[in-house]
Order: sequence, then structure tokens, then C-alpha cells
Amino acid sequence: MISAARRVRAAWRQSLMLRVTSATLALSIIVVALLGFLLLSRVTSGLLDSTQRSALVEASAGLTDARRVLSAANTGGTPVSASTLVDSVITALAARAGSPGQFDVLLLSNKTTYLAPERGTNLVSVGSVPVDLRDSVAGSDRQSWTYTEIRYLDGRTAPGLVVGAPLNVPTVAPYELYYLFPLTQQQQTLDLVRSAVVGTAVLLVLLVALIVWLVTRQVVAPVRTAARIAERFASGHLEERVVVRGEDDLARMATAFNDMAASIEAQIHQLENLSLVQQRFVSDVSHELRTPLTTVRMAADVLFESRATFDPATARAAELLSTQIDRFEILLADLLEISRYDAGAAALEIDATDLVALVRRVIDSAEPLARRREIEVRLVPHLDVCMVDCDARRIERVVRNLIGNAIEHAEGKPVLVGVGADGLAAAVTVRDHGVGLSEEDLPHVFDRFWRADPARARTTGGTGLGLSIALEDARLHGGWLEAWGEPGAGASFRLTIPCRAGDALVDSPLPLDGAVVEVGEGVIA
Amino acid sequence: MTERILVVDDDTALSEMLGIVLRGEGFAPFFCADGTSALRAFREFRPDLVLLDLMLPGRDGVDVCRDIRAESGIPIVMLTAKSDTSDVVLGLEAGADDYIVKPFKPKELLARMRARLRRSDSLEAEHLQIGGLTIDVVGHSVKRDGTAISLTPLEFDLLLCLARKPKQVFTREVLLQDVWGYRHAADTRLVNVHVQRLRAKIEDDPDKPEIVVTVRGVGYKAGPS
Repeated sequence: MISAARRVRAAWRQSLMLRVTSATLALSIIVVALLGFLLLSRVTSGLLDSTQRSALVEASAGLTDARRVLSAANTGGTPVSASTLVDSVITALAARAGSPGQFDVLLLSNKTTYLAPERGTNLVSVGSVPVDLRDSVAGSDRQSWTYTEIRYLDGRTAPGLVVGAPLNVPTVAPYELYYLFPLTQQQQTLDLVRSAVVGTAVLLVLLVALIVWLVTRQVVAPVRTAARIAERFASGHLEERVVVRGEDDLARMATAFNDMAASIEAQIHQLENLSLVQQRFVSDVSHELRTPLTTVRMAADVLFESRATFDPATARAAELLSTQIDRFEILLADLLEISRYDAGAAALEIDATDLVALVRRVIDSAEPLARRREIEVRLVPHLDVCMVDCDARRIERVVRNLIGNAIEHAEGKPVLVGVGADGLAAAVTVRDHGVGLSEEDLPHVFDRFWRADPARARTTGGTGLGLSIALEDARLHGGWLEAWGEPGAGASFRLTIPCRAGDALVDSPLPLDGAVVEVGEGVIA
Repeated sequence: MTERILVVDDDTALSEMLGIVLRGEGFAPFFCADGTSALRAFREFRPDLVLLDLMLPGRDGVDVCRDIRAESGIPIVMLTAKSDTSDVVLGLEAGADDYIVKPFKPKELLARMRARLRRSDSLEAEHLQIGGLTIDVVGHSVKRDGTAISLTPLEFDLLLCLARKPKQVFTREVLLQDVWGYRHAADTRLVNVHVQRLRAKIEDDPDKPEIVVTVRGVGYKAGPS
């Protein structure tokens, strides 16, 4: 029930057609009902007014007749019985009615005794005359009338008009003469008119609804088509266009949409071209720079190899040349890598990889640097094997970068590396207990060429691009790279990537601040 | 014996520098500066190894590689400025044995070259049987039903490495180490491409290999599973 109500509400909110059609339907029902009511009341009053007029004329004529009959009877000299008198009046009046009777007549006395008999025509019942009318007729000397239901002694009833007037029957009693006009015919006519009006109204409302629905559809259908095409356009089908028909407002809208789409498409293509140009440029720079660099590199190596034969200053120059070319090479490689990301040209080569083995490998290769700085790098794996879909080359580069950074900032204290997974995501944390990072520094650690302390000498030859590249690598995997730090307490970096490529990350299996890593150590051992 | 090296590179400074390094290591270098004359130079000098730049004026490095491969199985090491493009795979598929990315260290280049020039000189006559193939280790030849199959030295080394320990699964990393002489992790595409090339020559149906079999997620092994 609730869901049905919700569906209806949703349809109401979403469908312009439904809203317009229902609103029109409601309004047209009100208008048609009002018009029908007016029409019916006009017809009714018109029909009854004429009947009423002729009924009143007939009734007063009858009354005159009755008085004439009565006075004739009295002037005759012969005493006449009350019943004979009344009968003669009724007969005279019934004769006026014709056959079949256009009306019935009731002659009622105020005091019902055998001396004042009551008469009526055609089995018409005394109950046909409402008490109110009798009171008002008895209390006045004028004609009174009302609508009523005429009852017959055989049980028939009919709607009717009853007109009454006092009639004094000399020597007997004050009488009331009632004319009862059956309105069966008028009722039938009215019924017919009413059913015709109602039928027409219903048909009219339905037709209006249908017309509105059709008209709305004519307007809404192109709007819906345009909306669908706009959605497809937005989802990357840049060649989508609306078919333009005619020259009306909808056609103008379609044309405007198409113009907009064409302009967007052109701009996107232009950007794509720019990106292609950029990629080609990066590629060309790469080639153009690398070839002379190779020559310089080899020359420097030749000089470096034979530095023993040089005088000390030249030998030192050869050494500097060699080490700085190393640095230049790394910087160039990093720059090219970053520009590849900027050009959107970086692609993943996903393969099933054991993250624990990968981290071990990186720690082994960082061993010489760690030993030189007398820093212990400890692996705290939370599992033995951690299979992850990733680009091993990139993830290895990220981990190498984090561990290298940690060793550089460790200040002689151990570096803890954690690996963990929870089936959905895998994480590597690298925690050092060195200088740490201040709150102002934290938002900038992934900035290009950013240095925590510009005054610090760079000894490991980092380019300042390492963490930026690491962040891009993590993003390329749909992963996270986060930093935590506290001045004096050290810093922690956490890489989280989904176990299956393409999955979205929800949570990281390892905490970011390194404290828990040390606790976990005991658990593993 | 002085090994002859043909350097095909359009950068004269790099060629000259390579010449200095190669001569210093006891090689005899020859030079060619464009793709169009590379094949002629190859026929003229009959080198033991070719160092081939991928981007060349005239004929493209990949095409030159294919030309040389059509005539000879001698080792070809590509010099490339771009490691991440399809050029490398194209070059490997065209028959290059190995590649090295500029800028490289001279020692690295020499190690790559020596690995390719090295001959596993077996003293005793050794014959191996694998699938329907007979491998003559000393003669460096492979025969199927008496018909010789022409393999490049690299393909021969790859097959020999697998065939010497049939049923043992070799990871790509181990193959890179044993066959290519890499001491650190390297591009596993090298293995993939050369296994494909080897299969095309020795398998009845390269799409359903029976001699060099892929072990999913691990690597390769010789013989039926």
C-alpha cells in the first residue's frame, strides 16, 4: 500500500503529462458540473413555471365553476342533501378535467362529519394534500399552492402540483377545493434532460482529458526525447543530436540544444587534441632530451671510471658530474611521469601481485640506504601473503618512495612498515618516529616540489616530486594515499588500494597513525 | 675474438660515445646513421650483435629489425627513449631480443650485450627430447622429425632453459634472470613476446601450445601438463 502510494507520488512528481492532465481534468469537472447544474435548473424552472401558471388559471376557473354550481343549487329552492351537492360539484369539475384526467380534484371539509362528506376524483387520496397547505388554505380566502407527491388509493404515486382554495358550501360547511395536477410528464422530461446533461458532461470531461493528454504529449514527447538525448550526451555520446521537425518553439529548442551540443563537442575535441598534442610533446621531449642525456651519461661514466688518473680537483669534478647526472636523470624521469599523468596518458598494467613480497623486496633494496643512516626498517606484516590486483611497478614505486622518505626523516629511530588487508582493500603503512609533520605541513606533503623544511639539506637526492607521483599512482588504482604527522612524534603514510581492480574503497584495513602498528607487532610474532 | 657490433643510431654524438665505450671494452663497433642503409650495413659488416635505435630517419627501427630478422637470428638490442609505448612491444614482436631505455648506464648496456653474446658452451654432446622436438645443445639446432627448425639464439636459449627441467614451472622473473641475464626485476613483456614467437615456430597449433605451456598466474613450463 505504502509503496503504491509512493509510486503514485513519484509518478506525480516526475510526469508533467500526468500533472497537466489531472489538473485539466479537475478543472473541467468543476466547470462542467457548474454548467450542468445551471442548465438543469433553468430547464426545470422553465418547464414548471408554465405548468404552474396554467394550473393556477385552471384552478381558479374551477373554483368559479364550483361556486356557480353551488349557487345554482341553492337558488333552486329545493333543499339538497350535502352529499348530492358535493357530488354535483365534483362531477362538474371532473368534466372539465377531460379524459384521461389532466388533473384530479379533492373537495375537503374542515370538519369531517357525515354531514359534510369529502369527495375526490379518480381514487385520489386525501393524504396527497400536505397539512401545511391545508392550514394555509383554511386560514385565508386566496389560492395557495405547493409541490407534492400525489397519492392514490390504489397505491400509485406521482409527483404533482396541488393548488387549493377555500370553498364555502352554503348550509353545509366551509370546504376546501384542491386541484391536483400530476407532473409525471414533466418529471419524465426532466429525467431525460438530466440524464442527457450528465452523459454529455461525462463525455465532455473525458474528451477534454483525452485532448489535453494528446496535446501535452505533443509537447512533452519532444522534451522527453531531448532529455534522453541530453543524458546520453552527458554520458559521453557526443555525437547525439535531436531531430529537428518544423519551425515551432520545440524545434527552436531542439536547434538550440544541437547548437550547444555541437559547440561542446567541438570544445571537447579541441581539448582532446590539446591533450594529444601535449602527450606527443611529452613523448618528443622525452626522446629529444634522453638521447643527448645518454651521451652525457656515458661520457661522465667514462670520466668517472678513469678519475684515478686525474688531479684531485678534476677527479672531484668528474664525481660531481656523475652524481648530478644521476639526479638530473631521476628528475627528468619524474617530470615526464608527472606530465604523463597531467596528459591523462598514464595507464595501469594490472596483475595479481603479492603485496607482502613486494614490500619485502622494497625493504631489501632500501637496505643499503638504511644501513648508511643506521636506521632499522622493520616489516610488521599482518598477514603472510596479500594478493592484490595492481600495477606492481607503480605500487613498488609508491612504497619505495614512502620508505625512502621515512628513512630520510627517521632521525636514527626505527621505521615500521605494516601490510594489511580485509578482503576488500589492502594497505601499506610506513611509520617513522623522526621529526614529524606539523599541522600546517600536512596539507602540503603531496604538493609538487614541496619541502618540509627548506633549510634541510637534501642528501638522498629526492626530486620533490616523489610523493606527488605516489599520490597519482594511488589515485590511478582508485586508492588513497594519506599522511599523518605530529611534530616530534614522527609521521605515518598509508597507501590503501582495492584488492580487486575497479572496486571502490570504503575503509582502510590499517589505521593511519602508526601507534597501532607497534601493538600489532606482538600479535604477528 | 673481437665481437663485431653494428650501432644503428642517427645521433652522431651518441654513436661516437658508444664507439668509445665499446672499443674500451674490446668490441669492434660499426656505425650506420639511418634506417634505409641499415640492412646494407648489416650485410656488409656481418656483426655479432646489433644495437638498434627505434626512431630512425628513413626506415623505422621496427622495420629494420624485421628486415634483419628475416635474414639472421643474431642478437638485436633496441635502444629506445620510450619504454611505455607500444613501440617496445612492436620491436620485440619484430624480433628484437632485448631493449634498453635511454638514458642508460654504460655498464647496464654492456651487461645486456654480454648476456646476448654469451654462449652456453656445453662440452659433452647433449641431446634433449621435448614434445616431438630433438634439441642438439652443442650444435644449437632443433629438429622436428628430422626437419631443422630455425630458432634465434635467444629462442634457442629460452627453449633449452625450459626443456632442461621439464615439468618445472618457471616464473617470468626467473626466465628473465636465466635467459636474459637480468639481475633485477625487468619487463615481463620480454618473456611474453618471445614465448609467443617461439611457439609460432615449434608448436603444431600456437593457440593450443603443447611444448611451452602457460601456467596461469605463475609462468611457463615445458611439456604437457
